[in-house]
Amino acid sequence: MLTFQYILLGFLIICGVAVSFSKNLLNSILIFMSYSLIMSIIWILLESPDLAITEAAVGAGVTSVLFFVTLKKIHAMGEEEKKDE
Amino acid sequence: MNKPKEKESLVLPREYQPDEQKNRRYQKEHEQIFHKVNDTEHNGHYLFFKRFYKAAALVCCLTLILILLMEVSYLPPVGSPENPVNNEVSAKYIEDGLQDTGAVNIVTGMILDYRAFDTFGESNVLFIATCTVLILLRNDKKKGKDSARVQEKLDSFYEPKHDAILQAVSAVLVPIIVIFGIYVILNGHLSPGGGFSGGAIIGAGLILYLNAFGFEKTEKFFTEKTYKWVSFCSLTFYCLAKSYSFYTGAHHLESGIPLGTPGAILSSGLILPLNICVGLVVACTMYAFFALFRKGGF
Repeated sequence: MLTFQYILLGFLIICGVAVSFSKNLLNSILIFMSYSLIMSIIWILLESPDLAITEAAVGAGVTSVLFFVTLKKIHAMGEEEKKDE
Repeated sequence: MNKPKEKESLVLPREYQPDEQKNRRYQKEHEQIFHKVNDTEHNGHYLFFKRFYKAAALVCCLTLILILLMEVSYLPPVGSPENPVNNEVSAKYIEDGLQDTGAVNIVTGMILDYRAFDTFGESNVLFIATCTVLILLRNDKKKGKDSARVQEKLDSFYEPKHDAILQAVSAVLVPIIVIFGIYVILNGHLSPGGGFSGGAIIGAGLILYLNAFGFEKTEKFFTEKTYKWVSFCSLTFYCLAKSYSFYTGAHHLESGIPLGTPGAILSSGLILPLNICVGLVVACTMYAFFALFRKGGF
């Protein structure tokens, strides 16, 4: 179980670094989402399922959806398609 | 000959058509300004600033990491019984929690009984956050009565209308998500969960429903008036119920609220209704955030 925790923590660090180094905003939101999911599994392993439920619902669900909507509002989502045309 | 026809069949019916020429002109101007600003060959100040910025960012980052690592070495070891965390407060909560609050889930007993005033503040913070978003993103009535509708059309320009897959999936998923959220709220004092997590789950389900079926369907049961009244009633009930229990507690009176048998669904006094109140406020707030971001209204 301990190795599993270390693997998860490693993923957490990778995600945290990758969010800031990703050039595409959409990708960084998806990475942020996976960060929240990993965090919720870690909360379960730390024996606090209350926080795990909240993290999965708020961190991975609602916050990311709000980020997506904001990206759409500032027209940053369909940028690459336009360049291809 | 066949290729253009295929392309035409892929174009989805859209109600709003943006001015392509205008957009292209704006983009060209934007690119020109961008190149002018980033012209490092002629702009010496900008070049210097760019290099200085990178070096300063690196130095700040390394200093912060060093300070934090230094602090970590001073922290007490994890799990040691002499840690400052293991004082009489947590011992009191763990020993008398079930007897005082009647809640099997000690976390809920703490946040909705011992620390109920904090949770009231948190619910109010959510309400104030919605008010702030409303101030920032609301469509004014000056722009006309249908400004929210126009905004929605502008916003959903790149989306296909009435997506069959999304509608079929959400017709199955939304009831399950909402029922799970209600279960988490109602069982908050027995199992992990509670008002905030359950409310967030219900809010996520509502957002999925809204994305699949559009605003016309959700406006039948959720308008600005619903949001106002649900939030107002929940917060007022929370305030009155907790004021009563604080009043009786401070004067050493019998509150008259039965705690019930621990483990039953109707037990632990005020915690169940307070959980429902918090859940309603959170679910409405999540939905209101999304609706305000999408079209600047409910």
